[in-house]
Amino acid sequence: MTRISNEQVKHVANLARLAITEEEAEKFTKQLDAIITFAEQLNELDTENVEPTYHVLDMKNIFREDIKQTGLPREEVLKNAPDHQDGQIKVPAIIGE
Amino acid sequence: MSLFDYKVSDLHELLHKKELKVADLVEESYKRIAQVDDKVQAFLTLDEEKARQTANSLDEKLTANSANSLLFGMPIGIKDNIVTKGIRTTCASKILENFNPIYDATVVQKLQQQETVTIGKLNMDEFAMGSSNENSYYQKTRNPWDLERVPGGSSGGSAASVAAGEVLFSLGSDTGGSIRQPAAFCGVVGLKPTYGRVSRFGLVAFASSLDQIGPITRSVEDNAYLLQAISGLDPMDSTSANVDVPNFVSALTGDVKGLKIAVPKEYLGEGVTEAVRQSVLDALKVLEKQGAVWEEVSLPHSKYALAAYYLLSSSEASANLARFDGVRYGYRTPNADNLLDLYKNSRSEGFGDEVKRRIMLGTFALSSGYYDAYYKKAQQVRTLIKKDFEDVFEKYDVIVGPTTPTPAFKIGEKIDDPLTMYINDILTIPVNLAGVPGISIPCGFDNELPLGLQIIGKHFDEATIYRVAHAFEQATDYHKKKPGI
Repeated sequence: MTRISNEQVKHVANLARLAITEEEAEKFTKQLDAIITFAEQLNELDTENVEPTYHVLDMKNIFREDIKQTGLPREEVLKNAPDHQDGQIKVPAIIGE
Repeated sequence: MSLFDYKVSDLHELLHKKELKVADLVEESYKRIAQVDDKVQAFLTLDEEKARQTANSLDEKLTANSANSLLFGMPIGIKDNIVTKGIRTTCASKILENFNPIYDATVVQKLQQQETVTIGKLNMDEFAMGSSNENSYYQKTRNPWDLERVPGGSSGGSAASVAAGEVLFSLGSDTGGSIRQPAAFCGVVGLKPTYGRVSRFGLVAFASSLDQIGPITRSVEDNAYLLQAISGLDPMDSTSANVDVPNFVSALTGDVKGLKIAVPKEYLGEGVTEAVRQSVLDALKVLEKQGAVWEEVSLPHSKYALAAYYLLSSSEASANLARFDGVRYGYRTPNADNLLDLYKNSRSEGFGDEVKRRIMLGTFALSSGYYDAYYKKAQQVRTLIKKDFEDVFEKYDVIVGPTTPTPAFKIGEKIDDPLTMYINDILTIPVNLAGVPGISIPCGFDNELPLGLQIIGKHFDEATIYRVAHAFEQATDYHKKKPGI
């Protein structure tokens, strides 16, 4: 039985905002199927009453003082932007014609 | 003999006796890089002009006799996923090919306070995903002990540069073994600190519940000095822990009398070569002679660590790497007339295959209908793995085993099969899942290839790890052997 189908891989790629070719979809399906099959050995373990570990240290709700701080200067931030205009980062049109 | 055969403390003394200048140390680095880096290919970016300027101004300061830190003037290499203001930081990915950070990571700021000199940025697997440096977009770093072999990964450049004498020491990062495995393959000392010991502010995130920055050095003592410099609570990283930073170097007493060592039978089992197994048993004899005692124990959930790790780390990576969208920084595709295509094409053209694979695996594991079966299940298994360590640490001071099942493998040998490549990390991954600290130190050779001994400690007990590692190092000569490159 396969764990992940070609269609699912294409769906996941779309969710992850990756464009993949038909060839890549085939290759990734095979590889991901092998990895997921391998991962299913976890089902050998009974975890019915086991709490999940989201954080290995006993820490929660780390707050800082609510003090106003200056952000990064705009001209610095724009240095790495692929395209910008009038101090704003520029992207192609979001809404089509 | 290289200047980097000296320890930090010796170099510090030479500097202050005016028998050595910072400029000499920096020249030693660039001279060696010019000699061997076309073969080793550890560096992605050099910061030569600025390093020389820094060296000169530090030498002036030295003449003025001002009080200086122990790491003053020491040349360091930084893994290329740690941001350095004004020095290109690529994560060995095409997507960050022209990225020039506008601030320094906390660890880099801390090094600047100690007045180290940054030599350059070191190669790695793209976004730290890999165990061989073959996933770098730019180049394949080679193992200085055998140029046909991988240096390990993902901090392969960090380990290879130290082993080849290109820098005195370096910083790496470790998510599933990425400091310890290359340290073992390259015959150097590499420590993954306790989760929370070192700030990750400015470390480009891979898997946030696992990532830690740590030192790679030639000796245990230097490692302790470097960890001392980068440790501590950071308001900019809410996962950095508010715990005291002890004096790690004062732990290097050489005394391991009565120390209780646990040796997990799972770490000497299937897949571990006979030479590796023997090197660990020999190491245990050395420690036994010094008064430590060891017993076999079990970490029964070890075999599930790899599967849990790949689900968790990939899930976290799929979220962390969503920021690379071609909008604010990084590579932007020239092939897009709308925003959706801009995202998709920038990412597809910018990321390598291993990164795409893990993003897709993570997206799948987190997607509706699969979250409980994969992601949550893996987090529950993580609890069991963590509990294994807690149980053993109730009775023992440290856990000892090999760092890797085999010595360095050949370039190209495993790259076509992701699962075989992943098995490399089977002995280091449980440590990240439990959040405990672990070190790899040289413990022998198999056909001229270095082997690593892994010593694992309790949460925030790097001091005991260093004590054991140092005692072993003092009793052996493995760390003194250098590659013939």
